[in-house]
Amino acid sequence: MTSDQRVDVRKTYKLFIGGAFPRSESGRSYPVTGAEGGFLANAARASRKDVRDAVVAARKAFPGWSARTPYNRGQILYRIAEMLEGRRAQFVAELRDAGLGKGAAGAEVDAAVDRWVWYAGWADKLAAVAGNANPVAGPFFTFSTPEPTGVVGSVAPDGPLLDLVSALAPVIVSGNTAVVVASEPAPLPAITFAEVLATSDLPGGVVNLLTGRRAELAPWLAGHMDVNALDLTGVAETDVKPLAEAAAGNLKRVFRDPVRADAEDPGTARMQAFLEIKTVWHPVGV
Amino acid sequence: MDLFAYAPAPESRDVVDIRPSYGLFVDGAFTDGGGEPFKTVEPATGEALAEVASADAADVDRAVAAARRAYETVWGPMSGRDRAKYLFRIARILQERSRELAVLESIDNGKPIRESRDVDLPLVAAHFFYHAGWADKLGHAGFGADPRPLGVAAQVIPWNFPLLMLAWKIAPALACGNTVVLKPAETTPLTALAFADVCRQADLPPGVVNIITGAGETGRLLVAHDGVDKVAFTGSTDVGREIARTVAGTRRRLTLELGGKAANIVFDDAPLDQAVEGVVNGIFFNQGHVCCAGSRLLVQETVADEFLERLKARMATLRVGDPLDKNTDVGAINSAAQLARIADLAEAGEREGAERWSPPCDLPGRGYWFAPTLFTGVAQSHRIAREEIFGPVLSALTFRTPQEAVEKANNTPYGLSAGVWSEKGSRTLWVAERLRAGVVWANTFNKFDPAAPFGGYKESGHGREGGRHGLEAYLDI
Amino acid sequence: MSTETVPPGRGAAGLRAFLHGLPGVDRVGADERAARLATRSIKTTAKAQAIDLAIAMVDLTTLEGADTPGKVRALCAKAARPDPEDRSVPPVAAVCVYSDLVGVAVEALDGTGIGVASVATAFPSGRAPLAAKLADVRAAVAAGAAEIDMVIDRGAFLAGDYATVDAEIRAVREACGDAHLKVILETGELVTYDNVRRASWLAMDAGADFIKTSTGKVSPAATLPVTLVMLEAVRDYRAATGRTVGVKPAGGIRTTKDALKYLVLVNETAGPDWLTPDLFRLGASSLLNDLLMQRRKLTTGVYSGPDHFTLD
Repeated sequence: MTSDQRVDVRKTYKLFIGGAFPRSESGRSYPVTGAEGGFLANAARASRKDVRDAVVAARKAFPGWSARTPYNRGQILYRIAEMLEGRRAQFVAELRDAGLGKGAAGAEVDAAVDRWVWYAGWADKLAAVAGNANPVAGPFFTFSTPEPTGVVGSVAPDGPLLDLVSALAPVIVSGNTAVVVASEPAPLPAITFAEVLATSDLPGGVVNLLTGRRAELAPWLAGHMDVNALDLTGVAETDVKPLAEAAAGNLKRVFRDPVRADAEDPGTARMQAFLEIKTVWHPVGV
Repeated sequence: MDLFAYAPAPESRDVVDIRPSYGLFVDGAFTDGGGEPFKTVEPATGEALAEVASADAADVDRAVAAARRAYETVWGPMSGRDRAKYLFRIARILQERSRELAVLESIDNGKPIRESRDVDLPLVAAHFFYHAGWADKLGHAGFGADPRPLGVAAQVIPWNFPLLMLAWKIAPALACGNTVVLKPAETTPLTALAFADVCRQADLPPGVVNIITGAGETGRLLVAHDGVDKVAFTGSTDVGREIARTVAGTRRRLTLELGGKAANIVFDDAPLDQAVEGVVNGIFFNQGHVCCAGSRLLVQETVADEFLERLKARMATLRVGDPLDKNTDVGAINSAAQLARIADLAEAGEREGAERWSPPCDLPGRGYWFAPTLFTGVAQSHRIAREEIFGPVLSALTFRTPQEAVEKANNTPYGLSAGVWSEKGSRTLWVAERLRAGVVWANTFNKFDPAAPFGGYKESGHGREGGRHGLEAYLDI
Repeated sequence: MSTETVPPGRGAAGLRAFLHGLPGVDRVGADERAARLATRSIKTTAKAQAIDLAIAMVDLTTLEGADTPGKVRALCAKAARPDPEDRSVPPVAAVCVYSDLVGVAVEALDGTGIGVASVATAFPSGRAPLAAKLADVRAAVAAGAAEIDMVIDRGAFLAGDYATVDAEIRAVREACGDAHLKVILETGELVTYDNVRRASWLAMDAGADFIKTSTGKVSPAATLPVTLVMLEAVRDYRAATGRTVGVKPAGGIRTTKDALKYLVLVNETAGPDWLTPDLFRLGASSLLNDLLMQRRKLTTGVYSGPDHFTLD
C-alpha cells in the first residue's frame, strides 16, 4: 500500500424509516455481492420490528401527505426526478456494480427519471380521470373522487432501480404512504435512492425502505393490521398464496402485476389499485 | 288521546303465488338439488313459507358449467347492443311485476311493504335500466377501447335487500358480458327464484343467469369453484375474510361489500328536524339490517340534550308491526338467529353501562321483533359502539369539536359510510374529506342510486358497485 | 302614525339575531318527510273519523271581488248544514269572508255557533298604510268577526325589517280585542323554508293565535312541506313557551285525499293535541263537497257524483 493512494470513505447502507437512516434494530446485516461475486457492501437486514416501525412511520405520515394539494405532491415528485437526474453518474456506477452494462445502467437511470416525471404530472389529474359527478335520480349533488387507500406495503421486484421506482411512484402520487421491501439481491441502489428521497422535500415517513430477506419480511407486512394494501409484484407466484391469505386478516387490497419497465406509458392500473372511491351526497335546494 | 288511530291497511297477499317447493334454476330450467332441502320462514309469523332445494357440489358444478357454456357460446359473443336489449326487457318486466315482487320480498324478508314498494323495487328496476345502457358503451367507460368481460361470476348475496342485492350483482355482470351463478341467502331465496322466472319471461338465453339456493356450504362451494373467474360477495366481514382467504393466490377476481359501523355526525348548526329524520332513517330503515346503517350517532355536546329529546319524540311515532301493513315503519327481524344476536348485543350495552331506551310499542306475539332502541351515554369502548349490530339499535355518543368528531368516526376497522349534518358548507366538506368511508351522506342518509358508486374503505370491502366505477369489477382490466 | 305603532317587544337587532339563530330547514329533507307521510294509508273507521274531523276543521271561504251578500248567505247555509240529506254531518269551523261582508255572515250564522272569520289588513297584498290596515281590522271586529286573518308585510320581511312586521302584528293583535288572530305568512312569497320557520316564530312571538300559510291568491299556496315546517314551529314554540298556537293551511286543498294527508302531518308532527278545530283549520272552498262525497261513499258503499251535492 503506497502512501499517496487515498483510502476511500465507504458508505454504510442503512434502512430508511420516517425520514431517518437507522440501522436495523436487530443489528443484523448481510453481504451484498456484485455481478462478479465480489463483496460490495453489507446491507441492513431488517427485522419484523423494523417492519413495525416502518408501518408506524408510514401511518404517521399519511394524514399530512394525503392532505397536501395534488399540485404540491406533483412538485415533490418532480423534485425527486431532479434529484435523481443530478445523481445520474452515481446511480450509473452503482447499477454497474449491481451487474448492468454501461449502456443498460445509463438507460435504467434515464428511464427511472422519466418515470418520476411521468407520475409527477399525474398528481393533479388523477381525480379528474378517476372521479366524476354522478347523475342520480333525485335532488342531490353527488360526486365520486379517488382518495389514497392508506399505508401500502410493497414487495419490490428484483430490478435495482427502475422496478423500485415503478412500484413506488404510483403508490405515493395519490397520497398513500409506503413501506417497501427493496430488491433482495440488489438492495444498494434502493438505499442510495432513499438519499434522493430524503433531499426532495418528501416528508419523512411517506416512503420507508427496508432491505433484507423478502421471505422474512413480507409475511409481517402482509399480516400487519394497519397496512391497507399490499403490492406483491416482487413475490414469486408460488409464494403469493400464503401472503394473500395473511392479507385477508384486515381485507387488504392485494395487487400483483408485472412492472412494465420498458413502456413509455406504464398505464394507470397501478395507481388505481391503491385508490378508494369516495362518493359524497348533498341535497340541492333553497 | 287516540283521535286518529290508523286502521290496519294491509297490502293484499293475493298478488303472489308462493309454491310449496322450489328447485334450483340452472341452465334455464328449474331442477332438483342434491342437498337436503330447507325451509324459508316468514319472519313476521315464524312459520315456514316453502321448501327450497339445496345445491350440493354436483349442482354447483352443473351451474358453473352452464354459465361457462352460455358465456362461450351465447352471451360472450353477443353484441353489447343485444345484451342491452335483454337487460332493458328485464327492467321492464321487473316494473310490471313490481307489486308482486314487493309483496313477496316483504313476506320472505320481513321488511315493511312501504320500503319494498318505494325503495327496493324501484331501485331494482333502475339498476337494470342503468346497466342496460352501459352494455354497448363500455369502450367509453374509461377502461380502454374494448374492455373484455371476465367470464363466469360467482355471486353470493345477503338477506337484507334480497332482490336489490341481486340487481346490484347481476345487472353490471351481464352488462359487461359475464354470465352468473348467484346464490341468495338461505333465509330469503324467494325473490331470487321469482327473478329466474323474470329471466324466462325475457327469453334470456339459458345459462346466462343461474340461481342456486342453499346454506353457507353451497356458498363456500361456489366461491371456491375452479371454474369461476370472478367472485362477488355482499355480507358480513367475517365471511368476507373467509372468502378472501379462499380466493387468495388464485386467478379469481374478488369484490366484497361487507359490514359497517357508520357514524352519523350532527353538528349544532344542523337542520335539526331533518337531522332527526336522517338519523331515524339511518338506523331504523329496514330494521337496521343495513350494512351502511348510521348505527353510531355522534352529536355535538352543545345540542346533545335537545337533539336526543327530539329523537326520542320521533322514535315514539315509529310504527312497528305487520310488514304488509302500508303504515308500518319498522317490520320484522329477518330470523331467529339475527334476533338473538341483536338481543345479545343490546344486553351487552346495558351491562357495559349505557342507558337503554325504547318507545312504548306493542310487538306482535309471534314472529321475530325488536323494538327501536336508543343507547345513550355510550363510550367508544363499548361493544355497541364497535360491533355491527345489524338491527334497530342506535348508539349515541357526543363530541366537542369537528376534529374529535372525525377522529371518533374513523376510529373503527370499518369504512363503509358516514353521515354529516351541518348547514355550514365549508365544514361539511372538511369533514367529508377526512372521513375514511366510501359513501358520505351530507344532510341526508341512506340514499342509493345505480349511477352512484357504493362500497367501502378498510374492512368494509373491496371495490365499488354502481356508477361507472362499478363496471370495473366485471371487466378484465 | 304615532298611536298606531307598537314598539317592538325586543330590539330590532335582538329579533333578527333570534330569528336567524333558529335551526335551518333543509328543503330536500323536509320535502322527503312530507312525501313519506303522504303515503300513509287511511282506511275504514279511521277514514270515516278523519273525514268528519276534516269537515269540522274547514274554514269555508269565499274571497272574490264578485262576492255579494247573497253568495255569502248561501255559503253560510252550507256551513251550518253541509249535507242537507245527512244531519250527522258536522258543521264547519268558520266562514271566511272579506271585512265588508262580515255583518251579512254574522247575521246568517246567528245561533249556529259557527264563527265568522274576516281577512283584513289590505288582504291579500298587505300593501297599505298601517292605519288603513288597523281600520280594516277594527271594522271587521265591530261587525262581529270572531277571527281576523291578517297578512304580514312580506316586503318588510324579505327586506329583513323584522321589527316592522313584528310591530304590525302586535298592533293588529291589540286591535283584534277578543277576536282570534290568524297571521297569514304567504309562504309562496317567502319562498324558502328557512323564511317560513322564521316568519312562524315571528308571528307566534308577536301574539298570533294561528299561523296560516297563504291567502290563496299566490301560487304555490298551502303545500305539505310548508305546513310541516309550520307544525314543527308550533310544536317547538309550545315546548319553549307553553303557549299553543294553531296552524291553518289554506289554498289548493281540494280533495279528501289532500285533507287526510294534512291530518296525518298534524298527527305525526305537532301531535294529536292539534287534531281539533281549535288548533287546526283547513282554508278551502271546493274541498267541502269532496269530503261530503267521500263520506257518502263510506256510508252507502257506492261512489257518488257532484250533482248530489250543492254548489254554493
